[in-house]
Amino acid sequence: MDAILLQILNGLDKGSAYALIALGLTLIFGTLGVVNFAHGALFMIGAFCAVTLQKVFNLSFQTIDETQTDFLGNPLKVETPYVEAWFGPELGATIIDWSVPLAILFAIPIMLLVGYVMERGLIKHFYKRPHADQILVTFGLAIVLQEIVKYFFGANPIQTPPPDVLSGSVDLGTMIGFDPNAIIYPIWRLVYFGFALAIIGAVFSFLQFTTFGMVVRAGMADRETVGLLGINIDRRFTIMFGIAAAVAGLAGVMYGPLNPPNYHMGMDFLVLSFVVVVVGGMGSLPGAVLAGFLLGILESFASTTWATTTIPGINQIIIYLVAIIVLLTRPRGLMGRKGVMED
Amino acid sequence: MLGLNKKDTSLLIIVALLTLLAPFILNPFPEGSAMAQFNAGYPDLMQRFVIFGIFAIGFNILFGLTGYLSFGHAAFLGVGSYSAVWMFKLLSYNVIPAIALSVVVAGVFSLLIGFVSLRRSGIYFSILTLAFAQMSFALAYSVLSNPKFNLTNGETGLQVYADDPQILQGANAPDLPHLFGLPMRATYTMDVGAWSFDFNAGYYLCAVIMMVVFYLAIRIFRSPFGMMLRAVKSNQQRMNYTGLNSKPYTLAAFVISGMYAGLAGGLMAAMDPLAGAERMQWTASGEVVLMTILGGTGTLIGPVLGAGFIKYFENIFSKINDNVLHSWFAFLPDGLEDAVVFLIHPFIGKGWHLTLGILFMLVVIYLPGGLVEGGQRLLNRLKRKKTDADDAPSGKTEPAE
Repeated sequence: MDAILLQILNGLDKGSAYALIALGLTLIFGTLGVVNFAHGALFMIGAFCAVTLQKVFNLSFQTIDETQTDFLGNPLKVETPYVEAWFGPELGATIIDWSVPLAILFAIPIMLLVGYVMERGLIKHFYKRPHADQILVTFGLAIVLQEIVKYFFGANPIQTPPPDVLSGSVDLGTMIGFDPNAIIYPIWRLVYFGFALAIIGAVFSFLQFTTFGMVVRAGMADRETVGLLGINIDRRFTIMFGIAAAVAGLAGVMYGPLNPPNYHMGMDFLVLSFVVVVVGGMGSLPGAVLAGFLLGILESFASTTWATTTIPGINQIIIYLVAIIVLLTRPRGLMGRKGVMED
Repeated sequence: MLGLNKKDTSLLIIVALLTLLAPFILNPFPEGSAMAQFNAGYPDLMQRFVIFGIFAIGFNILFGLTGYLSFGHAAFLGVGSYSAVWMFKLLSYNVIPAIALSVVVAGVFSLLIGFVSLRRSGIYFSILTLAFAQMSFALAYSVLSNPKFNLTNGETGLQVYADDPQILQGANAPDLPHLFGLPMRATYTMDVGAWSFDFNAGYYLCAVIMMVVFYLAIRIFRSPFGMMLRAVKSNQQRMNYTGLNSKPYTLAAFVISGMYAGLAGGLMAAMDPLAGAERMQWTASGEVVLMTILGGTGTLIGPVLGAGFIKYFENIFSKINDNVLHSWFAFLPDGLEDAVVFLIHPFIGKGWHLTLGILFMLVVIYLPGGLVEGGQRLLNRLKRKKTDADDAPSGKTEPAE
């Protein structure tokens, strides 16, 4: 029982990332009808927002401390980050420590802007072109974005540690009545899961309970009619693109402590997220979220020693296998609507 | 000639001449001169040109004719490579059985994948092929390399070891891939004045095979079967309404292009008897998509051009470094020189992929027909200028395009 629970928990963090990226992909697909191969790159840019902020916070100046000497007897040079000089050592250290969560604030405007520029500058011109062209141009864009990041940050993964309070593990088992040490779980994964739930909740309530969201939903159902009612639906869809980009970016920001960001992390996630979207049903937001978590958990179950000894390597292929089976038996995916990308 | 019309015959002859004379054409600069680094006439690179040419021709038969965008073609290339190396391991280093087996295995493999994937079309087809290819990659990379059943040798890559059976390997046969005793690495170097040209056995094998498959591709393009595939691309629904089942046609196209990819993989292994899983990764599939689009989808010569273009510039751009740039722009004033070098720096050397990505985006946005369409437009413009000049006195106006 506790083993099963542990595997479910283990699947949650990857599942959260899949769900968030797939949610963004579906938002873009449902509103604009564009298949965005650059969505993984947006996830990666989000992660590198956190990297950048961490680097900015760690910018420091050197002072010579006469009281201390190094092993050669020279006065020791002390590096003091600017933040510590400005906000005092304690607050400064805390700010540096919390750079990943703080990067959320930094990433939101950036990702909204990136999404907006991308839609207005590039995607806009591809609505009338075939899906193949949309795939190709966004694929090209993904290459360009990832190479730019590689140019500035290098090819190696960059460590982005979580705040000290949130690093380490917690014994979840004792809290719910299992033996101690049965379920030890890293805190940051819990944070990531909670964060993902919050974002998903925010997106859904935004769509469900605001006038803006209502118009967007109407536009998803019938774009032309909404346009005829005198509503500038294109503008709202552009904003939705920005929001989708922000969702992917935030997923990336918080993912850094789980797995050090590198320039091709987006591509790795992209393929899987597409699979998630397809399994969930093209154009269905709840489907994307559900499939994201399900596949994440499934992957974690397939990684257990029992599964890998029964069928070696099942953890590597399980997601694709499921996708192929779902696509062939339930062409619309788990929760796909009729009439969306039926061909 | 050979059942082709005049235009196609001349196209085939041009391609044949270009591939056969490639050692001369690609080595225009004398050895040891400053420009010698732009020579591409060395065996390794020339082999890559034609091998990726074959790969792209095959991909174009699927994508160019039927419009089905497969994102998993590298899987067939990888399967081809693996089967060729297995043939080296089991039979002998002779390349003929290796290449034959790689084509057959890739054909069977693509029949399986195609049968399943072609049940859907459009974006779903792309994602299905992508999923299959990634699955094959994962299988080759880890699953099929367990000690009990080692089919792919995992991360190390499959290669021939001294204790492999090689039951048909003769005592005197060379210990590397050969064609009835002629080693693939055999290179005859001809020195003419300051120039030196390499004639490599492996390259010529690839070149001859490429000419054959190019000829086949022309025949497919011009056949009723090719027309049917084009009809699928322009309106599959209407095809179905006329009572025609288009599935066998698309499946045949898929298998043919899979066999082309397997052939390319087999040749790759024949040139260098090593097969690794990274050949199957989806970025490799992306590369052949780039080549085909860049050259010109649905045209005969486009994919070959695209493959040559990408492989040539990949090679050249990776070689350029800041020192080379400085020597080029030495005529500029110092500050300006540094600025220019600084601006170009991200696009050269390791930044080649950035250049490629930008180039690819520009082609998709402005020139959906690729290099071939670009060439045609240029020709038309030149022609029009001429006729414009002739027509000018009569004051006739041509409608804008």
